[in-house]
Order: sequence, then C-alpha cells, then structure tokens
Amino acid sequence: MRRAVLSALLAHWRHNLLQLFTLLAGLALGTALWSGVQAINAEARASYDAAAATLDEGRLAQITGREGAVISQATYVALRRAGWAVSPVIEGDLGGVRLVGIEPLTAPRGVGPVSAVGDLTGFLGGVRQIFARADTLARLPAMAVRAVVSPSIAPNTAITDIGVAQGLLGRAGQIDRLLVAPVQPLNRAPLAQIAPDLVLVAPQTGSDVARLTDSFHLNLTAFGLLSFAVGLFIVHGAIGLAFEQRRAMVRTLRALGAPLRSVIWVMVGELVVLALLGGAVGVALGYGVAAALLPDVAATLRGLYGADVSGQLALRPVWWLSGMAIAVLGTGVAGAGALWSLARMPLLAAAQPQAGLVARGARGLAVTAAVLLALSGGLAVWGQGLIAGFAMLGALLIGGALAFPPMLAVVLGIGAARARGPVAQWFWADTRQQLPGLSLALMALLLAMAANVGVSTMVSSFRLTFTGFLDQRLASELYVSAVDAGQAAQIVGMADARVAAVLPVLEVERVVAGVAGGVPAQIYGARDHATYRDNWQFLQAVPQVWDVLARGGGVLVNEQLYRRAGLELGAMVGVAPGVSLPVLGIYGDYGNPVGQVILTETVFVAQFPDVVALRFGLRMDAGDVAGVRASLRDLGVAGGAMIDQAAIKAVSLAVFDRTFVVTTALNILTLAVAGFAILMSLLTLAAMRLPQLAPVWALGLTRRRLAALDLARTVMLAAGVAVLALPLGLALAWALLAVVNVEAFGWRLPMYLFPLDYLRLGGLALIAAGLAALWPAWRLARVPPAQLLGVFRHER
Amino acid sequence: MNVKVLVLCLMPCLMLSLQAVAQGFAGLGTAAGDFSNPLRGRVLQFPADHGAHPDFRIEWWYLTANMTGPDGTPYGLQWTLFRSALAPEEGAGWASPQLWMGHAAVTTRDAHFVAERLARGGIGQAGVTAAPFNAWIDDWAMAGPDFGNLRLTAAGAEFAFDVDLRAQGPLVLHGDAGYSVKSAAGQASHYYSQPFYALSGQLTLPSGDVAVTGQAWLDREWSSQPLAQDQTGWDWFSLSFDSGDKMMGFVLRGGQDYTSATWIAADGAVSALPDGAFSAVPLARSRVAGRDVPTTWGLRLPARGVDVTVTALNTQAWMATSVPYWEGPVVVSGSHTGVGYLEMTGYDD
Repeated sequence: MRRAVLSALLAHWRHNLLQLFTLLAGLALGTALWSGVQAINAEARASYDAAAATLDEGRLAQITGREGAVISQATYVALRRAGWAVSPVIEGDLGGVRLVGIEPLTAPRGVGPVSAVGDLTGFLGGVRQIFARADTLARLPAMAVRAVVSPSIAPNTAITDIGVAQGLLGRAGQIDRLLVAPVQPLNRAPLAQIAPDLVLVAPQTGSDVARLTDSFHLNLTAFGLLSFAVGLFIVHGAIGLAFEQRRAMVRTLRALGAPLRSVIWVMVGELVVLALLGGAVGVALGYGVAAALLPDVAATLRGLYGADVSGQLALRPVWWLSGMAIAVLGTGVAGAGALWSLARMPLLAAAQPQAGLVARGARGLAVTAAVLLALSGGLAVWGQGLIAGFAMLGALLIGGALAFPPMLAVVLGIGAARARGPVAQWFWADTRQQLPGLSLALMALLLAMAANVGVSTMVSSFRLTFTGFLDQRLASELYVSAVDAGQAAQIVGMADARVAAVLPVLEVERVVAGVAGGVPAQIYGARDHATYRDNWQFLQAVPQVWDVLARGGGVLVNEQLYRRAGLELGAMVGVAPGVSLPVLGIYGDYGNPVGQVILTETVFVAQFPDVVALRFGLRMDAGDVAGVRASLRDLGVAGGAMIDQAAIKAVSLAVFDRTFVVTTALNILTLAVAGFAILMSLLTLAAMRLPQLAPVWALGLTRRRLAALDLARTVMLAAGVAVLALPLGLALAWALLAVVNVEAFGWRLPMYLFPLDYLRLGGLALIAAGLAALWPAWRLARVPPAQLLGVFRHER
Repeated sequence: MNVKVLVLCLMPCLMLSLQAVAQGFAGLGTAAGDFSNPLRGRVLQFPADHGAHPDFRIEWWYLTANMTGPDGTPYGLQWTLFRSALAPEEGAGWASPQLWMGHAAVTTRDAHFVAERLARGGIGQAGVTAAPFNAWIDDWAMAGPDFGNLRLTAAGAEFAFDVDLRAQGPLVLHGDAGYSVKSAAGQASHYYSQPFYALSGQLTLPSGDVAVTGQAWLDREWSSQPLAQDQTGWDWFSLSFDSGDKMMGFVLRGGQDYTSATWIAADGAVSALPDGAFSAVPLARSRVAGRDVPTTWGLRLPARGVDVTVTALNTQAWMATSVPYWEGPVVVSGSHTGVGYLEMTGYDD
C-alpha cells in the first residue's frame, strides 16, 4: 500500500519537474546564503579563539614594563625566585609573521601553545620546533628549526620556545611580558619591591579584538538570518503549492483505501529527502560563497581591527551540520502547515480552488502582521538587552513581510475602483487574482530588499562615522612614539622648531570614582589647541565646552563611560583622590571598549606629575611630513613608531572598500534569490492562468499584449515592494544601529541616509523582477493558439 | 602502558599525567646510551656528589619529615627537587637540556596540601650547588653552609613552611657503597641518604602558624637506566624506630617482585639486605583520588626481627601533581614502634 502511495505521490514530481526544481533550488539557495555567512563567521571566530588561546590575553593578569618597555630575563628569574608564578612571553615580527616565544614549563595550565605543542621533548630537546599553520610556515624564512604544522594556532602566528624566539628575533635575554598564573603562592614579595619598573595589568573580560569584531559579525549574522528567511519563503511557497496541487490526489488515494497515516508519513519522508538534497547542495554552494568572500572579510577584519583571520576556509563539521539542520528545520516549518491542513482535510471535500484558501488566509495574515509589528514597537520602546533587540528585529521583519499582501490588496482594490476602460479593469482584477500565488515570492523580495537597505545603511553609516572619527582623532599629520623620556625630549626639541605644534599624548589608567563605585578608564591630558577645537564633535556638550575645559572646569568622557556609568552632563567624575570634576561633553569613541576621560593638560599634569608623555601628535603642512620623518629617523625613532595620518586614512578607506565588496556581493545574491522566487512563482502560475487568459485572448487582446501586460504587472508589483521595503529597511537599520549595537557594544552609531544607494537598489530589484518575468512573458507570447482554444474545448 | 612503565622506571615519582611534562622528564626522545650509567665501585665524593650530575638522566633531592606541634599533633612534610635531562650535558641559558621539578607537601591527620613547580635549567630559576649547599626552584630552597646545616623553605597557595635541619649522624650509603640495584636484571642507581636530621621550624597552614619539631630523612639518588619492562610501580618505606634504629625498604612490583632494604643502627652502622630479605604485604586499602591504594601494610625483615604494621597518618595523602603518586607520613606498630614515610607509585588505574 505504502509503495502505491509513494509511487502516486512521486508521479506528481515526475510531471512537475520545474516545481521540484523550484523547491530544491529555493532550499539550496536559502541554505547556501545562511551557511555561507555562518562559515565566514565561524572561520573568523575560530581565528580569534586561536589567537586568544595563543596568548590568553584576556583571561590572565599580565606583568609588563612601563610604556611597553622590555623586561630583562634577570628580572623574570628574580620574580620567580621571589615566589611569583609568572611565565615569560616574547613577541616579534619574523618575515611578516608574528613570532611568539613561550616557556612551556611555567605557562599557566590551559594556555594554548602548551597543549598545542604536546610533546615537550620535541619542543625543548634537540632541534627545536616551531608551530604554525601550514600557510604561515610557508612564509617563514628558512632557519634551523623543525616546522610543525598545527592548525589550531592563530593565523599568521608561529609559536616556539622562548629561547629560540629570542635567537630568531635577535633579542637575547629579553622578555616582552609575563603571564601571571591565576593561583599564586603565599609569602610573595610585593611586585614594587622586586621590580618597581613593572606594572601588573588586571585580566580583561573578553579580548578587545573579539569585542570589536563582534560588531562586524553581528552584521553578517543578521544578513545570514535574513537570507535564510528569504529562502524559507521560497520553500514555503513551493511546498505549499505542491501540497495544494496534490490535494485531489491525496483524496483519491484515501478514497482507494490508503490510510491517512501512511500518506502523511510518506509525504514527511519525501520532504525530509528533499530537504536533505536541497540542504546538501546549499551547503556546498554556501561553501563556495564563503570561500569567495572570505579573503575580503579577512582583509576587512585585519584592516579594521587588526584581527588576523585566515583567508583559507576550513570545512568545519559544525557549520555544515548546522546548514543541513537549518534546511531540514526550514522545510519542516514550511511544510508543517501544509501537512496539518492535509491531515484535517475531510475525505469527501472537494479540492478547493486556491483563491478561496488564500482569501481565508488574508485576514489572518493581516492580524498576525499587526500583532508582530505591535510587538516590535513595544520591544523597541520597553525592551532591554540584546535578545530583546534581536526579537524586535525579527518581529519587525516578519511583521513587515506579512503586512505586505493585505496592504497590496488594498492598493489593488483602489486601483481597480479607479480603473477606466475594460482592459485596465481586467488588468487590476487579474492582478488581484494573481496576488495569492505571487505573494510569497513578493514577500521574499520585500525581505531581501529590506535587508539590503538595512545592511547597506548600516555599513555606509559605519563608514561615514568611522572616517569622521578618524578625522577627529587623527587630526595631527604625524604621530610619533618615543622609547623613553630621553628620546621624548629629543623629539620635542627637534619638532618644536620644525612643526606648527607638538601635542603630547598624556595617558594614565585609573579607576574613575564617583559613579557606581568606580569604573576603570583611561585618563588623557589634552593641550588647549585649535586642533581639538576644530576637529572634535560631541554627542552632547555644554556651550563653550573647550573654554571651560581649558579653565580646568570639567572633563570630557567618551560614550562608553557615559553609558556604562550612567553619566549625564554636569555629573561629577572623580579623576584622582579628592578631585571631582563635572562632565562637560560626551564624544563618540567607536570601537573602543574602554571608558575614557579627558582633562586639560594643566589639570592632568597637576594630578599625575609622574606621567611623562611618550607619544606626540605633530601638526604641520602635509608637504613637510616626509622631511620631519627623516629627521625623526635620524634621532633613532623606528619606522614603526611613526604613524602617518594620510597612510592610516588610506588603509581605512581601503578596508571599507573591501567591506563594500562583501556587502554588495551579498546584496546581489539575496536579490538574485528573490528574483528566482518570482520566476518560479510566475512559471507555476502560468500553467494555471491559461483558462483565465484564454477568454481575454478570445476577446481580442493579442498574446504579445498579454505578455507585455504580465511583464508590466510584475515590474509594478516589484515597484510596490520597493516602496514598502524602504521604510522597512530603514527601520531595520535603525534597529541595528540604535538598539542592537548599543546593547551589544555600548555605543550607538549615528544613522545616515543614502538616497542614491536606495534608488540603485530599487532599480536592481525592478531589474531582478523584470528579468524573472521575462521568460514567462516570452512563453506566454509564444503559447500556441491551439492551446488557448483548448481551454474552451475542455471547459467543464 | 609501555610509556607508563618507562616513565616509572626512570623516575620514581614521575608518572604519566601531564603527558608533555612526563615525556620530557622521561627523556624518551633521547638515546639512553648517551647518558652516564651508575658504576659499581664508584666511590661517592662529598661534598661534590651533593650537587647535580647533569650527565645522568634523572636525579633527586628528596626530603621527608615526621614532626609534632606543641600539643603533640603529628604532621608530615615533603620537599623534593627532581632533575631530568633531555640530553647528558649542561647548556647555557634556554639551550640547557636540564629540566627541574619541585614538589612540596604538608600532611595533617585530615588534610594534605600540595604544591608543584617546574623550571628550565640554564637561566638560574632552579639548580643545585654542592658547597655551600643550595638546592632551589623558584622561591623554594634547601640551603645552608654545608649539607649538615640546612634551611628548608617552600610555599603553595594554601601553605608554607620554613624549617631548620641539623644532621645528628653520618650519611648512609645504600646497597654496595651507594650502588643500589633496582632489578634482578641489574639496573641500578647511586643512592645515599641523610636520615639523621633533627628538625625545628614553622608550618603555615590555613588554620594558622604551627611551631614544629621532629626528624627528617633526605634521600639522594641519580641514575639513567630504565628498570625492567614488567615493573609497574613500587612501595618505598623509610622508618625511624623509637629505639633510634632506622630502616629503608622498597618493593619494585612486577612479574617477579624485587625488594631491597637497608638497616641503619642508631649509631649509623649500615647493613644492606639483599632481594627477598624484606617483604611488604598490603593489609588494607583506601579509596584515594578515584583509585584503591594500600594504606596499611605488614612489613617483615626477619633478619632484624622486624614484624610491624605500618599505617598511614592520613590515607588521602595523594600528590595531585602533574605526575601523581601517594606520599605521606606513617605510624609504625608491632615488634617495633615509630614513625616514617611511605611512597607508592603505579596505583593509577
């Protein structure tokens, strides 16, 4: 019996190969976008994890020299002999590769390389070993160490014994920092007594890099989710149609004695097989998408945040399994409704025509949409936390998409009421008639467009904000770091005569008191200079903020501190014991996880007399930069200690260009998927519409004219989608920038609008829809008259 | 299993847990032939032989002590410095193939505190000099003007000790003038002890500082040779009887157990006893760190009329170090009474 049911059900696909293709392609494309984005994210995260494990910078406290000064090996041994459980690390650049030297015996348990290294005898005995990924090893210069391929190590990083690293870097006896084990013995002598030049840096909660790049990944994840939603709409449409068309067959089968249970299970099995097939293809496609985009993503992250991500994609079981799971799950969600209604279908009920079914659903759609949109609005106003932010995003998108068909129906109703002339009236009526069959595809297009508008707005806003921020923060033409106070004095002496202004960067890290028991922050001393007055912009500030600051009448704080400590303008901030100053202004400090306070230079020097400026911003004409650089080099300043503002900006812009490559590629892909959905819907409708078109044709409208009207209809509907997608996309962008970003990172990105981009996107959507409609229209124009006549012959 | 056996054979207290370290200490990658081997008839030279022998693969300075507080409460203490060479040589700086490991412990009736240190040779973080004597790793040290007058310090996260050791008797050479055979096949080590230290000093415990006095026993041993493949662990006893006599005995467990013992009279006269003269039988076991370990033993040395029961002061004296083993103070009853220390390896199932 089951075999008969199976062969009957499969016969449907044999006769509707196109539908089968739609279903599989929709599943595959949705899964591809989802798993592609996931793959990129997973790869990048794995890279950070490896980096974090390599150094464990976040989890462990560290001891460093003041101002990054080198630690001597003798000091390390002195600390050990005083009871400090510390482990030395040296880092340096070896042929462009970051070389990390560690000491495996003292490294705290769980620090990556020790376990990665495994065999201590090999690591320390005989010919020493160096561990890195294969591609990193290939870039290392030839040397007398044994290369060991180790994929768990961070990209562009090589790990070896500290003794070997000191030799390779030409830094015998030197250590860059000490990892402090979490458990320390009793009776340790105080650090200040053994090594007064060293400072203990408390462990951080989460690495800087991870926190910064989270922002980027959040964007990608949102994109991936939206893409999958688009795919889901396609799948839902295809499955719904296939079930709808087989209602008659199911009724017949049941009338012939097939138990409902068998039919349902066979159909479930069929869906699972289809989901697995489509999912497998999708994961493979996603791998392709990820592999194509990953080098650009890696370049973006490296440039933007200094995070090293391997440009190579590893096939991780987690993401291909999750890709398959999401395909099956998506199919399940899409097919559940259809199966449910099939299971409840009365045996003798007629196979209902679609229109009635959808008409019944239209009101439900409108209600659901209204509820979701209200929920989204409520979450935006009252929601707290990242989860609420995402829930709001989801409710907004799905609500927006579901609201589309009812709204379009209203618009079409108005159009029909105003139509003059028989053809126009027929056109509007026919469009309304088609709406149910097309609405899923249109919703997919709507989601794709909204996602594109939202993500493009966010990325472009980010770019504008960030470059503006760079202009503000990097106002000086050249930045230079001195090794010690002596060199700093030399630099100032030389520069005073050569440049327009020397702006010292005075910095100290303190717990800022006064708010919620104290928050760690960087305190800066700023010289009263036009550079700051001209370039800095505030989110909020008192009038004449710079004048008040220069008088020592207050402090400036960054947005992170402002949000974290719940400060307001005028709130008092304790910057030193007994010294509290009011907040004068709040400035954006994008990408920085740490709170900041800015004092005027005189107040800073009075409070922190021991702090010597080792970094300087030099103002000068752009043409003088090369000459000053050369003079600094003569003073012994290393090339890496000088940062050219123009170079930074060039790098930043190059990075953003990479970002746009990624975003544009994803934009085009989602639009292509949505276009595909339209094409498939139209092709499916084409066959069913023949009985409706035949009478119109018989009344004198040529096939060409009918085809042209069909094309126009699709483009018109796409234009309607575009009109609605714009506000939805902007709402999405706002939610990402002002809600999710603040919840996730503690700073809000200002939102900018890019009308030209939206216009271009709208154009792309129309082109996608037009292209999708072209083939069905062409087929309609060529449909043999005999076939149209046949409609009358078979008329029941 | 092979790796485990090799590690066991190479160094009593170094077994396989932190695999990397254990492998390193075992020196598996190094040809055994490059290292020096103990020689029967080699006359030990002091103070030179108190120092390190980098041409041998393994070596230790192993001190255990039985002590009492002002109220008579018994305590046990362990301080051990192990040396393991990846190659039979000393090298400068990080290139040195010498690795060092320190273990310290304090045992009470109901608590056992353990700490461990690891260090590279060549950079000054750990080492041993013979005269003046100084054995150190990080802030732990056993040092003094000579081998008979030492100050011993160590600290962990929960405990510390700082005690003085005064030798009240001569050095004791085990086996054939310090050449101690470890298996029927002839593997051996150089092995001598100073079992006559009087101890006084202070323990720092979570409950506070405790002044202690007692007696300590220092073992010195170095070797390069693995034991026989079928030897899986050993039980080692150092006992100080109330009569003033002392006794060292061990059983190397294997297909054929191998035993050895040294009788040390109160005046320091030494007699070595051959394989089979000494026997140790487990009488009761305790569940320790997820395994069954014998913590009450029946010991017999008929040649000296010894028939005693040895009971752990604290059955849970498990050394949860990178290479775990059992080591703790014991109480002796039966034909003789006294105190001592018990070390057991190879019970990690």
